[in-house]
Amino acid sequence: MNLAHFLAMGGYAVYVWPCYALAALVIGLNIAAARRSLRSAQRAARRRLEIPREAGTP
Amino acid sequence: MAWVWFHKFGSPPHFYRLATRLTPWVAWPALLLGLAGLVGGLGLAPADYQQGDGFRIIYVHAPAAWLSLMVYVVMAVSAAVGLIWRMTVAHAVAASCAPIGASFTALALVTGMLWGRPMWGTYWEWDPRLTSELLLLFLYLGYMGLRNAIDDVPRADRASAVLAIVGVVNVPIIHYSVIWWNSLHQAPSVMKFGQPTMPASMLIPLLLMLAAFTLLFAALLLTRARGEVLRRERQARWMLEALGGGAARGGPSAKGALVGPSP
Repeated sequence: MNLAHFLAMGGYAVYVWPCYALAALVIGLNIAAARRSLRSAQRAARRRLEIPREAGTP
Repeated sequence: MAWVWFHKFGSPPHFYRLATRLTPWVAWPALLLGLAGLVGGLGLAPADYQQGDGFRIIYVHAPAAWLSLMVYVVMAVSAAVGLIWRMTVAHAVAASCAPIGASFTALALVTGMLWGRPMWGTYWEWDPRLTSELLLLFLYLGYMGLRNAIDDVPRADRASAVLAIVGVVNVPIIHYSVIWWNSLHQAPSVMKFGQPTMPASMLIPLLLMLAAFTLLFAALLLTRARGEVLRRERQARWMLEALGGGAARGGPSAKGALVGPSP
C-alpha cells in the first residue's frame, strides 16, 4: 500500500480527511480549553484567598 | 459503605485531590487507545464492500455521537444529584460537561454531514435522527447560555440543572429514532442486542476509538470539574494547600469545606 493510494481513500479523501482533521481540532481545542478553565479558576481562587489578607482586610 | 463513599466524593477537597491524581491515569490510556484505534481504523480495517474507504468516517463519527449522548446523561444525572442533595461537587461536574458535550455533538453532526454527502447524496435531511441530534446541540447551548446569563453560581447551578434534567428525554429519542421512524440513518451496528454487524477487523478499531473518546472525556471532565469546584469554594484552608499558596496563616477563616448531605 503506497502513500498516495492511502491518502486517496478510495476516492473519498475529500470526505474522510476533513472528518479526521475536525476531530483532531475538536480534541485539541477541548484539551486547551479545559486546561485554560482550570488555570483561570486557580488564579481566581488564589486572588480570593490571598489579596484580602495582603490588603489587611479581616 | 455506599454512604461513606457518597460523603467523601461530595467533599470538595477530597474530590479535588482525587481528580488531580486520576487525570493522568485516564489521559494516557486515552492517547494510547486512540493511536491504536487510528492505526486499526485507517490502516488495518478492510474497505467496506458498499462504502469503500468512505466508511472509515465511522471511527470519528460514532465515538463523537456516543459522547454526545453519554456526556448529556452524565450532565443530567450530576445536575439531579446536585439539585436533590445540594451537592456542590455534583453541580461542578454538571457544569463541566456542557462545553465538552456541545463540541462533540457538533463534531458528530458535521462528520455525519460529510458522511451523508457521498452515501446519501445530501449533507442534511430533516430526518428524525439528525433533527433530534441537532436539538441535543441546542440543549447544550441553551444550558450554557442559561448559566452565562446568571451571575450567581448557586442560582445558575439550580436553574441549569432543571433544564438539563428536562432535556434528558431527548436522549432515548435520539437513540431509538432510527428504530421508531423511517430514517436515512442506519440502525446501530455496535450497541444492540446480539451479534454486531461488523467483522472483527472493523469492529475492534471502533471499540478502541469508543474507549479512547470516553477516557478523553473523563480526563477533560476531571480537569474542568477541578476548576468548577474551586469557583464554588470560598475561603477554605484546603484550597491554600491544594494551590500551593503556603500554609494557611490564620488569615481567612478555614471553615469546613465539606458540602454534602448530613445523615
